[in-house]
Amino acid sequence: MKPFEYQQAHGLGEAHQLLVADGGKPIAGGTNLLDLMKLEVETPSALVDVNRLPLGGIVEHGEGLHIGALVSNSACAADPRIRGQYPVLARAILAGATFQLRNKATTGGNLCQRTRCYYFYDLSQACNKREPGTGCAAIGGFNRIHAILGASDACIATYPGDMAVALSALDATVEIHDAKGEKRMVPVREFHRLPGDTPERDNVLEAGDVITGVVLPAPSGGTQLYRKVRDRASYAFALVSVAAVLQVEDGVIAKARLAFGGLAHKPWHDPRVEALLEGEAPSDALFDQAAALLLDEAREQGSNDFKIPLTRRTLKAVLREATGGTL
Amino acid sequence: MPITINGVDHELDVDPRTSLLDFLRGDAGLTGTKKGCDHGQCGACTVLLNGQRINSCLTLAVMHDGDSVTTIEGLGTPDAPHPLQAAFVRHDGYQCGYCTPGQICSAKAMLDEIAAGWTSYVSDDVAGSPKLSEEEIRERMSGNLCRCGAYSNIVAAIAEVAEAQA
Ligand SMILES: Cc1cc2nc3c(=O)[nH]c(=O)nc-3n(C[C@H](O)[C@H](O)[C@H](O)COP(=O)(O)OP(=O)(O)OC[C@H]3O[C@@H](n4cnc5c(N)ncnc54)[C@H](O)[C@@H]3O)c2cc1C
Ligand code: SF4
Repeated sequence: MKPFEYQQAHGLGEAHQLLVADGGKPIAGGTNLLDLMKLEVETPSALVDVNRLPLGGIVEHGEGLHIGALVSNSACAADPRIRGQYPVLARAILAGATFQLRNKATTGGNLCQRTRCYYFYDLSQACNKREPGTGCAAIGGFNRIHAILGASDACIATYPGDMAVALSALDATVEIHDAKGEKRMVPVREFHRLPGDTPERDNVLEAGDVITGVVLPAPSGGTQLYRKVRDRASYAFALVSVAAVLQVEDGVIAKARLAFGGLAHKPWHDPRVEALLEGEAPSDALFDQAAALLLDEAREQGSNDFKIPLTRRTLKAVLREATGGTL
Repeated sequence: MPITINGVDHELDVDPRTSLLDFLRGDAGLTGTKKGCDHGQCGACTVLLNGQRINSCLTLAVMHDGDSVTTIEGLGTPDAPHPLQAAFVRHDGYQCGYCTPGQICSAKAMLDEIAAGWTSYVSDDVAGSPKLSEEEIRERMSGNLCRCGAYSNIVAAIAEVAEAQA
């Protein structure tokens, strides 16, 4: 690991000051950042420990909830309000990593976790995300875990997380304080970026920004499911995942909110698919149309071709289960 | 502020790069906690931080002033073993023993998590109370790998202690 300056921030103002002065990075749980620093994929000159900021609670916020950026993934998934009213979020968190990691992983850090692209981790390989302008070894390489939607000629990496997929289906908002102390609210659906020709930027955070929380809107009820398909039954990243919030009233789908993990550089949300489903009676034919629309611009990369049929089948299974049919 | 390890205070006068794991093994001389992958994947370094299980390899020692850590040495001794330590011996819950300290620290925290009502990915009702089953133990212990494959005996040892506590 490269040497770095270590400082603890005791207030938000101090955190901004330290981040700007030293060009440092915030460290929260450390479970992603330290992993990458050991490999020297990340080499920050300074670390600003944000764990002493007062951002550790889940409190009521309008009709919804405000989850502090330092709330651990475990605490979030164990909270009775989250489990009872936002079960898709609790399920998505519990589908990720392990109890040990979730005890340390924070809400803010989880949102910012970096891709698991093997070439990104391997300093001997070309990678535009790690070192802009060097190329992308995954294109034409072994790209089993890579994107089928929204990729670019510069990068085909996927966002690996589970929690943010549920937050996207729930239409949550990220609360950010910038270096001047100004607050801005960014919908989770707009927080992560597509790679375009700047894949080094995973999300919309600017230098000095600190995520202070995530706001959940009023509970929406309905059937809430998170289905994660992976290589092992536990403790593996998603090949494909689906977060679904569905309401069926009088035999028709009154509301459909869907987000997908493992498909793109960000949790994938396609309002066209929701519009197609809403107002219709659930049927296999309808679900086929939804899957076809979701995947109409899907592009395979060689080793990830299986993700297209896998996504189709996973979406249909989730829709059947959520609308009361059998698997 | 110092860090408290198994009830004893230690000064954190180290290179900021020192992981909590290296601090425990090197500076504090407590070599029961093991280094496996050093990347949070194997669980050999599991310790209890303020009562909760974590991977000590993926956190820095300097981040933990004022915190309290319990390692395998703090759970029990050869003369007065923790019930989980005794159960692992009784059930032969290991072969080479390298993953065992992490398994036992993890299992200790797991039983506390169930007592606190935390559900897991395999719980039928995410909002309900978890019921201990072999499937639950396997899911909740999935962060601790055992390369000898002693899993069935590990599960039996944990199940026995869980039943005795219930
Ligand atoms: C073996 C293993 C398996 C895993 N499996 C899964 C899985 O299946 N699913 C899944 O979703 N995740 C998985 N993870 C990833 C894990 O969820 C993340 O490492 C964790 O959520 C990151 O949170 P953290 O608080 O530890 O972040 P840190 O490591 O502290 O930080 C991560 C990034 O976020 C930035 N950051 C942190 N806090 C803030 C803030 N408040 N404001 C601005 N920036 C901030 C940091 O600067 C850094 O860039 C796995 C990790 C490991 C090691
Ligand atoms: S897919 Fe993205 S992260 Fe992976 S090698 Fe290419 S540029 Fe790097």
